[in-house]
Amino acid sequence: MDHYDSIIIGAGHNGLVAAAYLARSGQQVLLLEAADVCGGLGRKREFHPGFQGSVAHSVSHFSSKIANDLSLSSFGYESPTNSLATVGLSSDGQHTVVKDGRVEGVGEKDAAAYQEYRRQMRRFADALSPFWLKTIPRIGSAGMSDLMTFGHLGLNIRKLGKKDMREFMRIATLPVRDLMDENFENDILKTTLGWDGLIGSKLAPRSPNSAVLAMLYRMAGESEGTHAIPAGGVAGLIDALCQSAKASGAEIRHSAAVSRILIEGGADGLVATGVQLADGQKIMASRVVSSADPKSTFFNLVGVEHLDIGFTNRIRRLRCDGYVGKLHLALNGAPEFAGLDKADGRMIIAPKLDAIEFAYDDAKYGECSRNPVMEIVVPSLHDASLAPENQHVLSAHVMYVPHKLQGGWTDAARVAIGDRAIETIAQYAPNIRAQIIHSEFLTPADLEADYGVTGGHWHHTEMAVDQMLMMRPTYEAAQYGTPVPGLYLCGAGSHPGGDITGNAGHNAAQEILR
Amino acid sequence: MTTTDPYAGERLKRTAFYARAKELNIRDAWAAWNGYKFAEYYYDAEYEYFCVRNTCATYDICPMQKYEIKGRDAEAMLNRMVTRDVKKIGLNRVAYCVWCTDEGRMIDDGTIFKLADDRFMLTCGSPCTAWLEMSVFGFDDVTVTDVTDDIAALSLQGPTSCATLKKMGLQGIDTAKPFDILYFPFQGDTLMVSRTGFTGDLGYELWIKKDLAIEMWDELYAAGDDYGIQPFGEAATNMARLEAAFIMPAMEFNEALRTVNFEHDQTPFELSLGWLVDFKKPHFSGRSALLKEKQRGPKYTLTKLDIEGNRPAAGSYIYSSKLCTKEIGYVTSAMWSPSVKANIALAMIKTDYLEGNLWAEIYYEKELRQYSRVARCTRKTKPFWAPARARATPPPDH
Repeated sequence: MDHYDSIIIGAGHNGLVAAAYLARSGQQVLLLEAADVCGGLGRKREFHPGFQGSVAHSVSHFSSKIANDLSLSSFGYESPTNSLATVGLSSDGQHTVVKDGRVEGVGEKDAAAYQEYRRQMRRFADALSPFWLKTIPRIGSAGMSDLMTFGHLGLNIRKLGKKDMREFMRIATLPVRDLMDENFENDILKTTLGWDGLIGSKLAPRSPNSAVLAMLYRMAGESEGTHAIPAGGVAGLIDALCQSAKASGAEIRHSAAVSRILIEGGADGLVATGVQLADGQKIMASRVVSSADPKSTFFNLVGVEHLDIGFTNRIRRLRCDGYVGKLHLALNGAPEFAGLDKADGRMIIAPKLDAIEFAYDDAKYGECSRNPVMEIVVPSLHDASLAPENQHVLSAHVMYVPHKLQGGWTDAARVAIGDRAIETIAQYAPNIRAQIIHSEFLTPADLEADYGVTGGHWHHTEMAVDQMLMMRPTYEAAQYGTPVPGLYLCGAGSHPGGDITGNAGHNAAQEILR
Repeated sequence: MTTTDPYAGERLKRTAFYARAKELNIRDAWAAWNGYKFAEYYYDAEYEYFCVRNTCATYDICPMQKYEIKGRDAEAMLNRMVTRDVKKIGLNRVAYCVWCTDEGRMIDDGTIFKLADDRFMLTCGSPCTAWLEMSVFGFDDVTVTDVTDDIAALSLQGPTSCATLKKMGLQGIDTAKPFDILYFPFQGDTLMVSRTGFTGDLGYELWIKKDLAIEMWDELYAAGDDYGIQPFGEAATNMARLEAAFIMPAMEFNEALRTVNFEHDQTPFELSLGWLVDFKKPHFSGRSALLKEKQRGPKYTLTKLDIEGNRPAAGSYIYSSKLCTKEIGYVTSAMWSPSVKANIALAMIKTDYLEGNLWAEIYYEKELRQYSRVARCTRKTKPFWAPARARATPPPDH
C-alpha cells in the first residue's frame, strides 16, 4: 500500500482507538509505533524476567461507549466489575478505606459528610460527563451543532438547580485543600479523596486552578472514578484495542518511528501529505493523525517553519513538565502492609495534605521530595500472569519527581529517589526490603526518553483550566484539526485530556469522519 | 563614569551624532524616538524639506531599531516571519518588508539587508524584540542581536547626495542601483552605504561603527559644503515621505501588537502593500489569513488623494457625497505639497466606495475662528513625488 486514507502516529491507547474507529468506517489506516509493542504509557513492561508492569497501572474511567463500539469484549477486555478500594494508609495501621460509595476508618461525622460530598460530586460529574466525548466547539462558532453543545453544557449545569449550580461554579477551580478542609476532618481521608485531583499534574493541594475539575473528569462514567485492574493488567486493555483495530482492517507497524510529517505547499497553503520514517521511507496519506504530544508533533515532526509564529508560541508555552516517577518492585511474595489483610487496593501514602504540599515544594524548585507521596497497587494480586507463581509486582506512582532535576538526572539521583520511595513504603510494610528481588525507578526524564512524551508528562500537557476544553492544547488546534490541513491531533494533549479514557482518540476520529 | 544624576536612566539617550547635531539644532527643537533625543527640526522644517528636495540633507537614523540576524537558519527564520520571499533578496541588497500576526494584521514594516548568505540586518521603527524572540524559537542555528546602539546610521537624501558622496571619496558610489549595498574603507574600518531612504528621492544611508560616527559626519559635511548639505528632522521627513506616499506607524497603520481594539490595526492589503505578500514563497506567518483577505478583498484601502483647494485635510472624514451623509473613510496624513503644488493626502477608504465620488470635510482655523469646507478628492495611483533621478543609475551629476 503506498497511499493510506489516514496514518496515525503513535499506538498509545488514543492512537489505537482512533485507528479502530477510522478503520471501521472503511478507511485504509496505517498505525505507526516507534516502540516494538503497542500501548504507549500503558504498554507492557517486563522490568525483570517474568515480572510485568506498565507505567499506567490501573483504569478508572475508560469509556464504556468506546469499549462497546469497538467490541472490546470479543477481544478479551471486560469492563472490570470489582473496583479497587482506595486505601489511605496510616502509620498506625488504622487505614481509611473508600469503597463502593462508603468510607471506613473515619469518624461518624466524616462518614456522613462523605455521603453528601459524594452525592454532589456525582451530580457535577454527571453534568459534565457528556462533554468528555464531544468536540468542544471553538468560541465564536455559530454552527448549529456547536451551539447545541454549548447549550447542552449550559443546560446541564443549570439543571443542577440553583443551589448545586452555584456550588459547582464555586468549587470548579478551587484548590483541593479548600474543598477537603470544608468537608472533612480526618487528614488521611482528605489526602485519599484529594489525590485524584492532583495525580499526574504539577499541582499541590494549595494550588489554585483545576484540581477539582480533574477530579470530576475522573469521576465520569459508570465507574464513578473508582479504579480497577483489568485482566492482563492495563496491557490487557491495550491488547484488546490492538486486536480490535487490526480486526477492523487497520495495519499496525511496530519499530516504525516517524521522523517527520511530510508537508507540501501549494497555492492554497500547506497540507500534510504523509510521513517519513526514521529509516527514510516515505509513506503518503490523505491525512496524518498524531497521538504524540503537541510539542513533539509540532516542533519535532512538523517543524516551526510550517507554522505561524503566534501559534508556535502558544504551543511552546504549554506546561509539559512531568512530576510523577514510577517505581516497580519485583517481590518474592505478596507485600505485607501493617493493618491490611491483603494489599489488593489502591493504596495512598500521604499522611496529610501538608505532606503532599511539602513534597511538591521540594520538586517545584527542582529537587526530589524528601518525603515522597505515592499511590501503590499490586497488579499481580489481580492477575497472576504478571509475575512468576507466588511472586508479585508492586507498582507505585511517586510524587513529586521533577522532570528537570537540579543538576540533571544521573544514575545516582535515580537510585536515591528510588531508595527514598522504598524507605517510605517500608514505614507501612516493614518487611518490604527483604522481599525485593529487583527494583526499577523511572523518572519523568526516563519516561520522556523511553516513551517519547515531552517532559515525561502523563497527560502530555498539564490538565489545567487554561489548557482544557476549547483551549486544549490551544485554540486553532482544539477541535482535533490543526492549522496545517490534513494534520490532526488525537492524543492526551487534546480535549478532554489524559488518563486511559480513549476519549481524545474517539473524538478525533469522529471529527475526521464528520 | 560616575554620575550624580538621579534620573540618569530616565533621560533620553544621545545618538552618536549628538555632538554635531546639538550645535546645528539652533531651535532646540528636540523630540524622542526609541528613547533617543532626536531632532523634530533644526532650524525650520520647510527649509529642511527644501534642502531634501533641492540639494541634500542628513537625517540621524541612529534611533532606528537595528537587529543583526545571523546563522545557518537566519534566512529560513526571516522568510517565515516576513511576507516577502527573503530567498529572492540578492547578496548586498536591501528589501522593504512587512510582517504580520497570525491573523494577518501588520506588526511593523522595515528593511532587510542581506549582508551574507547567513547574515542579515533588519531595521524597523520600534523595538520588535519579543516578536523576534518568538520567531527564532524552533530554528537551530540563528541568533538575533540588537545592534541599535552599536551602529551609527545617517541618511543622506536629495539630488546632490550622490555628488556629495563622490566628493567624499566614495569611488563608484554612482554605480549603486536603488537598494544596493556598497562598502568603502573608512579610517581603517568599513563604511557601508545603501541606496535607500524614506524621502522618495535620490538618497543613501550610511552605516558605520559608532566610534567613527563623528569622523564620518565631518568628512561628509566637508564634502557636502558646496552641495548645500543641511541636517533635517522628523518634520521634514514626514513631509517628504508623504509626497512619496510612504506609510508611517501611528499614522497610516497601528502596530498590531500594540492595538487593543478589534481590527483597529491593518493588513498589508488595506495599506496597498499587497505587492509585498508573496503567496508563492514558503510558508510565512499570517499566510492563511492573508490569503483569505486577498480573496475577499480588504475592508479599507489606503488611497492617495489630490484634494481641491489648498487647505490640508488633516484628520478629515471622507464622504461619498458633498452632503456628507455617508462616511466612508478617514484621512491619515495630509499636507500642501510644495514640490507637487497640490493639496495631497493619504486616506483609508472603505474599498467598496473607492470607485465613487470622494469628498473630504476639512476643518481649519483662521485667527481663532473655526471654518469648514467640503472639497472634492481625486484618487491618484502613483506616488505624488517620484523623480526620475531617484531610480537612475548613475544618478544625474551636479
